[in-house]
Amino acid sequence: MAKTKVSQDTGDLVLNRISKYYGDFCAVDDLSLTIPDGSFFALLGPSGCGKTTTLRMIAGLEEPTAGTISIGDTDITTQKSYRRNVNTVFQNYALFPHLSIFENIAFGLRRRGIKDVKDEVEKALNLVELGHLSERKPAQLSGGQQQRIAVARAIVNRPEVLLLDEPLGALDLKLRRQMQIELKRIQLEVGITFIHVTHDQEEAMTMADTIAVMNQGNIEQMGSATELYEAPTTAFVANFLGQCNLIKVKVQSRSGGKVVVSAKGHTFEIPESRVSSSNDALLLGVRPEKLRLDDKGVNSIKECVVTDRSFVGTSTQYLVRTPWDLELVVFEQNDEGLHDLRVGDKVSLEWDSEHTFGLDGAQDVNAGADLDDDE
Amino acid sequence: MSTQVIPRPSFSHRSSRWFSRNLIRIYAALAFIYLFIPVAYTFAFSFNDSGKSNLVWKGFTLDNWKNPCGAPQVCKSVANSLQIGVISTVVATILGTMIAFAISRHSFKGRKTTNLLIFLPMATPEVVLGASLLAMFLNLRINPGFWTIVIAHVMFCISFVVVTVKARVASLDPRLEQAAMDLYANERETFRYVTLPLVMPGIAGAALLAFSLSFDDFIITNFNSGIESTFPKFVYVSAARGIPAQANVIGSAMFFIALIIVIVGQVVSRQRKKS
Amino acid sequence: MAFLHGATKSKSGGESALKKRSLTPYLLLAPGLIWLITFFVIPIFSLASTSTMVRPQGAQIGTYVQELRFANYVDAFLANQEQYVRSFLYAGIATILALAISYPLAYMIAFKAGKYRNILLVLVVAPFFTSFLLRTVAWSQILGDEGPVVTTLKLLPFFDDSIRLTATPFAVVSGLTYNFLPFMTLPLYASLERIDPRTLEASGDLYASGFTTFRKVTVPLSMPGVVAGTLLTFIPAAGDYVNAALLGNPSTKMIGNVIESRFFAVVDYPTAAALSFTLMATILILVTLYIRKSGTDELV
Repeated sequence: MAKTKVSQDTGDLVLNRISKYYGDFCAVDDLSLTIPDGSFFALLGPSGCGKTTTLRMIAGLEEPTAGTISIGDTDITTQKSYRRNVNTVFQNYALFPHLSIFENIAFGLRRRGIKDVKDEVEKALNLVELGHLSERKPAQLSGGQQQRIAVARAIVNRPEVLLLDEPLGALDLKLRRQMQIELKRIQLEVGITFIHVTHDQEEAMTMADTIAVMNQGNIEQMGSATELYEAPTTAFVANFLGQCNLIKVKVQSRSGGKVVVSAKGHTFEIPESRVSSSNDALLLGVRPEKLRLDDKGVNSIKECVVTDRSFVGTSTQYLVRTPWDLELVVFEQNDEGLHDLRVGDKVSLEWDSEHTFGLDGAQDVNAGADLDDDE
Repeated sequence: MSTQVIPRPSFSHRSSRWFSRNLIRIYAALAFIYLFIPVAYTFAFSFNDSGKSNLVWKGFTLDNWKNPCGAPQVCKSVANSLQIGVISTVVATILGTMIAFAISRHSFKGRKTTNLLIFLPMATPEVVLGASLLAMFLNLRINPGFWTIVIAHVMFCISFVVVTVKARVASLDPRLEQAAMDLYANERETFRYVTLPLVMPGIAGAALLAFSLSFDDFIITNFNSGIESTFPKFVYVSAARGIPAQANVIGSAMFFIALIIVIVGQVVSRQRKKS
Repeated sequence: MAFLHGATKSKSGGESALKKRSLTPYLLLAPGLIWLITFFVIPIFSLASTSTMVRPQGAQIGTYVQELRFANYVDAFLANQEQYVRSFLYAGIATILALAISYPLAYMIAFKAGKYRNILLVLVVAPFFTSFLLRTVAWSQILGDEGPVVTTLKLLPFFDDSIRLTATPFAVVSGLTYNFLPFMTLPLYASLERIDPRTLEASGDLYASGFTTFRKVTVPLSMPGVVAGTLLTFIPAAGDYVNAALLGNPSTKMIGNVIESRFFAVVDYPTAAALSFTLMATILILVTLYIRKSGTDELV
């Protein structure tokens, strides 16, 4: 049995100016990325944004049209997938139906010429807590179990990088939440770099240390979940992660660390550090939970009207229309101080400057909003 | 307590409803009986104490089954058919499987022409296939015999093998092979450990199909066999004066063997799913 | 094996920048296609060439000279018009009968069989595990003058003693119908089975009666199966001669019988070749028209 020679590279995973074209269609556009060794990294974006293509290029299942990929000092761009020290957990698990669970997990070890696989396979099975299933066939397992076996099959090879291609998509909500915690635990225990591709922003925010939001072949913004949520730099990111209100405003002045903007006769302030554009037209962003139904603050809009209300248990969600017919979303937490408004009530809105951010006004206000969750 | 009776539909109403619901099942049963009439007849007459001519029932005997080679030509023709069948099956399955993989997995020029070339033999009447092959052999002054039969059988079996294997290859999830390569199997190992085992049932099915087409073929064989005898040819030739009961034995035996193979195949594949 | 490489790259949705080893598919296709070209395509040309040959005056039987005599076709057709027409007639009737018999059977297996489906499918095919010849001979004996059917019929008042079933067109058509039943049933079953039962439920929900649902939903959806089945039955039936030989008489000869006898009994290869070619051409034309009309492209 020929032993596949597998590289033993370690280090950060670096994508340098990677592009992928299918004929004229550009799936990935001049993308550069450094993923630190040992981190849990998420590639987040809607379907068709190029995240899966990027993942497959890292795995070696696609070849980039331009650019290089390297692990540490080694350039792996043209390396075949079976030589790379990288393993993938596929979206539909891709367990070999004709092999037992044991043999599925042992597959990679055997191809590398390792004779004594029993201990390693058992360790991997115990890691995912499915030791009792080693003699069954994949068809006899539930979706959640198959998913864990797919993870075990990849991890047993101790790759430098583990790629996960939307592995939780087929699971129901409760199981998905469980697996999110499981995967996080496994990653911490094993210390391997995980790259997790998903369209579910909650999932990315729960699991990853660093998230890169992708849109149409490009990375819009990269950072921790908190950074991306509280200080997005593009409208796409603002709308894609949770919900966001974006108000078109004009810059009046920038001084003293504050940017003063105005819209329809109202004046607002945004801290300069939270404005990511030097344009005169900006979008003022404020998240629904940061809006208060009052009028005492520096930033406020009076004489608004409640146009819709939904009680969702933890909070009440209101749609509030401003005097100039812009509808804003407001979340009011379900605790003391509850206003309990009805449709048609007059109300004022206010917020703190530190909770807002300023984006380039040339962008589409609706970018990234209301994208259907695919699958 | 009220003594009200819950109304039920009348007997005639119920029985007419039973009929209309089950009409199609009754029909199917009749259809199956019709399908099996000649088989039952052949089987019954394999026990006929008939001597040379098996036209009239003369008496029950097990002799034919004990001595299936009693009539001279029967076993020789069966042996020929078996040999031809095995050789043709092996060659046709190999050639056809290669074509199936090429069509399903690769891009190449001339795809439409290839598909047409595969399709045409299945759409041509056997008379034409047999006659044209014979015409070629005659023009080349080749005498028809054992090997011309094999050549003819391989020719018409290839298309069936391609269609069968292609269907199986197409249903194979390509991500399984990608997973294998992701797990350090190179192209050769991926084929050996993942692709081939998963396509094998299709190849086996294609081989069985080819064998049965070859064994049972008459028209094409008749045109291209010269004096060589095969089982169907033997039956045709002896039909006028009466087929020996041993031929019925062979026919019935084939039926039971094939039935057992199919049933075993079904049971095995069902067990594999449950295990 | 290198031919796997193609799979990974091209299946993932587009062309790879580098197309290595593009020779592989041709190597895989070559042996089989060469076999088919040598033993299918070239023989057709041989047939065409033979069909225009002539036996020179006074030459030995079986020797021919190529003279491009296209009149052979006219002669052959005129001498055998009757058999041509009869072949297509018998094949047509047999196909229609096979469709009528198979459709309810396939319907039952697809919709009313439950877990017995696979067993029933095996039972449909099982009779055809016995030799085609043996089955046909069995029919000739069952329908024969001494056989059970005729004896029973003679007992009934409306049939007189001179009734016979074998050596009649009835027997030939029955034989043809019987022998091609699985070729009709299986494709019908395959396309009926594909119909989502919820489509039929939706039709009922939208006020269609059982029969209307059948007519307007089931039948149109089963059309691909009907087309495939009729082709798979009609084409071989038109060229068959075994049924006519074993179950018929000289006045029920089909074109296949004529071709066979021209090759082996009366040695007249050019006529036989011309007849074969005409048969093939006619079938190809009919099939093309039929497919165009029913619109099914993917048959392979």
